[in-house]
Amino acid sequence: MRKQSVILRTAAHVLLPLLLLFSAFLLLRGHNAPGGGFIAGLVASAALALYLFSLGIASARHALGVDPRRLIGAGLVIAIGSALPAAFFGDAFFTGRWLTLDWFPSGPLKLGTPLLFDLGVYLVVIGSVMTIVLTLAEAEERPDAPSNEGD
Amino acid sequence: MRPEIALPILIPLAAGALSLLAWRSHAAQRTLGLVGTGLLLAASLWLAASTWQDGILVMHMGGWPAPFGIVLVSDLLGAIMVVLAGITGFATAVYSLVAVGREHERFGYYPLLHLLLAGVNGAFLTGDVFNLYVWFEVMLVASFALLILGGERAQMEGAIKYVTLNLLSSALFLSAIGLLYGMAGTLNMADLAVRLAETGSNGLTTVIAVLFLVAFGIKAAAFPLFFWLPASYHTPLVAVSALFAGLLTKVGVYALFRFFTLIFTHDVAFTHEVLLWIAAATMLTGVLGAAAQFEFRRILSFHIVSQIGYMIMGLALYTPLAIVGGVFYIVHHIIVKANLFLISGVVYRLRGSYELARLGGLYRSSPGLALLFLIPALSLAGMPPLSGFFAKFILVRAGLEAGAYTVVGVALVVGLLTLYSMIKIWNEVFWKAMPENDGEPNDDVMNDDRPAQPAGGLALLYLPVIGLAALTLGIGLGAQPFLELAERAAAQLLDPTGYIHAVLGDAAGIRP
Amino acid sequence: MESMMALVVGGLYAAAIYMMLRRSIVKLVIGLVLLGNAANLLIFTSGGLTRGAPPLVPDGAAMPAGAVADPLAQALILTAIVIGFGVLAFAVVLIHRAYEVVGADDMDRMKDTDT
Repeated sequence: MRKQSVILRTAAHVLLPLLLLFSAFLLLRGHNAPGGGFIAGLVASAALALYLFSLGIASARHALGVDPRRLIGAGLVIAIGSALPAAFFGDAFFTGRWLTLDWFPSGPLKLGTPLLFDLGVYLVVIGSVMTIVLTLAEAEERPDAPSNEGD
Repeated sequence: MRPEIALPILIPLAAGALSLLAWRSHAAQRTLGLVGTGLLLAASLWLAASTWQDGILVMHMGGWPAPFGIVLVSDLLGAIMVVLAGITGFATAVYSLVAVGREHERFGYYPLLHLLLAGVNGAFLTGDVFNLYVWFEVMLVASFALLILGGERAQMEGAIKYVTLNLLSSALFLSAIGLLYGMAGTLNMADLAVRLAETGSNGLTTVIAVLFLVAFGIKAAAFPLFFWLPASYHTPLVAVSALFAGLLTKVGVYALFRFFTLIFTHDVAFTHEVLLWIAAATMLTGVLGAAAQFEFRRILSFHIVSQIGYMIMGLALYTPLAIVGGVFYIVHHIIVKANLFLISGVVYRLRGSYELARLGGLYRSSPGLALLFLIPALSLAGMPPLSGFFAKFILVRAGLEAGAYTVVGVALVVGLLTLYSMIKIWNEVFWKAMPENDGEPNDDVMNDDRPAQPAGGLALLYLPVIGLAALTLGIGLGAQPFLELAERAAAQLLDPTGYIHAVLGDAAGIRP
Repeated sequence: MESMMALVVGGLYAAAIYMMLRRSIVKLVIGLVLLGNAANLLIFTSGGLTRGAPPLVPDGAAMPAGAVADPLAQALILTAIVIGFGVLAFAVVLIHRAYEVVGADDMDRMKDTDT
């Protein structure tokens, strides 16, 4: 991959944490307002893709920390897991179940299976987008790939 | 709450997710492949048994009542299809233990296999038109990736044709959904049946019906848009071919059965007449295409096309007996076709080629395999007492009763030509002497099936072949219970009130 | 408004089919993308073009205040876009690899599987 501009590299360093934070915000907001796992996952993958373009494949893989395919697996497990609690109570799969925690002075915190499902979607989206982007980027860098001219 | 309705979807999804997590361990992926598909088979049998006993089962996902939420519905046809998916999936998983090498597992063979099965079962069980689209796409994405595992040139070229036509079909499907929603204001299949029956026949309904017909016709590889199938099915791994041959086109056929018995019955004289001509043309072009081929898997691919014609013929005649024949034909076909592809893989493993000209002498060296080939081959051609005989017999009789003599004539001629094709394979592969050549195994088509493990693995390859052949024999010799099953499934299809009532409950009656 | 949308949808379908009939596989993929977008717009149009607030239920209420837009058509389109995105990503990987293997962006040179 060609050497990228200093501006882009510096910006990527700053933007990655900010965008990841923003994606977490979108994920949590999606529970009762526009937002949600899919859009949050796309924001996070866009951040990682930007990182990849400016700093190269190796550092993007390092920033991701895990094999993106594992992320897909983990996300799917979580999403399926969110369908199961209802079954234990005798409801249809995917029926929403909430756990209310009222330990906080600001009011009760309600954690529900829809949030769990969103989290699963979030991970699946990051995993699949990064799998595709990394596959394409690595194919681009392979020495045996045909050059664009003269074929 | 009946958990068994959702299990055939959840089990493969979970197995796929776990095998993604166990990315690096081949042993874990293989175990998950075997256990996952085995559990799927068990769950599908459970579902079929419950559906047989208690009638149509419904699950309202997330507790949202129909027609507002998504429902999973298991009537007998859906349950039968799920069982067949379980059988094919399990047989393929056993076969894959030997036939799929590490290099393919590394590209995600097992997760994709599970994802494909989840998509197929979801399509069989859903009671919502848009949800059906989603499952179709899940299945398609998995099949795209499975098709190019290995990355040979022929695979890429086949995949481009496959992807293009299937995406075209998806876009048509989606457009038809849009128009249907605009017209009826609902996408729940049972609700649609009620509303369209109220509005009666009009031009727009027929246009939408034909759009669905074209979309599902492409997926089912019906005439005239079947080209993607013979262009791609002979290129992937044998295990993948067998799975595709058994299941993918049949999802399209299933969707046709569902839509044209439940939803679009307002203008049977037109839509089912079109279906009848499509059926005849599909049978004929498929079998003629096969007659011109001299490559094992290509012959079989063209025969899938011609067999699809028989199933559509059952639907098109639209008499109780014909629907029975169609359902029975699907059961027979999935088992036989998957088995024939698996056998072609065994032959390749033994001789290193799919070209008939380079094969020969297998009757002398492996008579057992020759016998195992004869069972599904003759069943495909419709020889008594095998399963295919009863399937064809019912269809022909239904055709005669309905006075559709042309299509019956076509069906009989096509049966004869199928026999010719099968005898051609038998003569070339098993009976004639091994041709003289330089003795080096050629790899003109694929080199995926080089023995990953020497010798010992062959028994595992034979195991699913024997199992499926035994099923074919069983369905043929003990046809009565299977016929009864098909009869009850057909009765449910022809009288949709049971389906509608099961899904909508009492809401069906109080519609404004 | 409806007739304008109908024209746009028709134009998109026409453009998609024109692109798909070209020899280049890159243009084929562009055609597929346009086809998906045309189908999405068709759902949007036939689902009814009503002006209305987002169908969100305010805190404490049981139903949204005032007229709202039909959310189902939009949910369908969103799902279709997500699926289209996945399929498109696959198609791009596929044509990239096909280009590597075949060495040409030309459908006429892909005749290995012809019969």
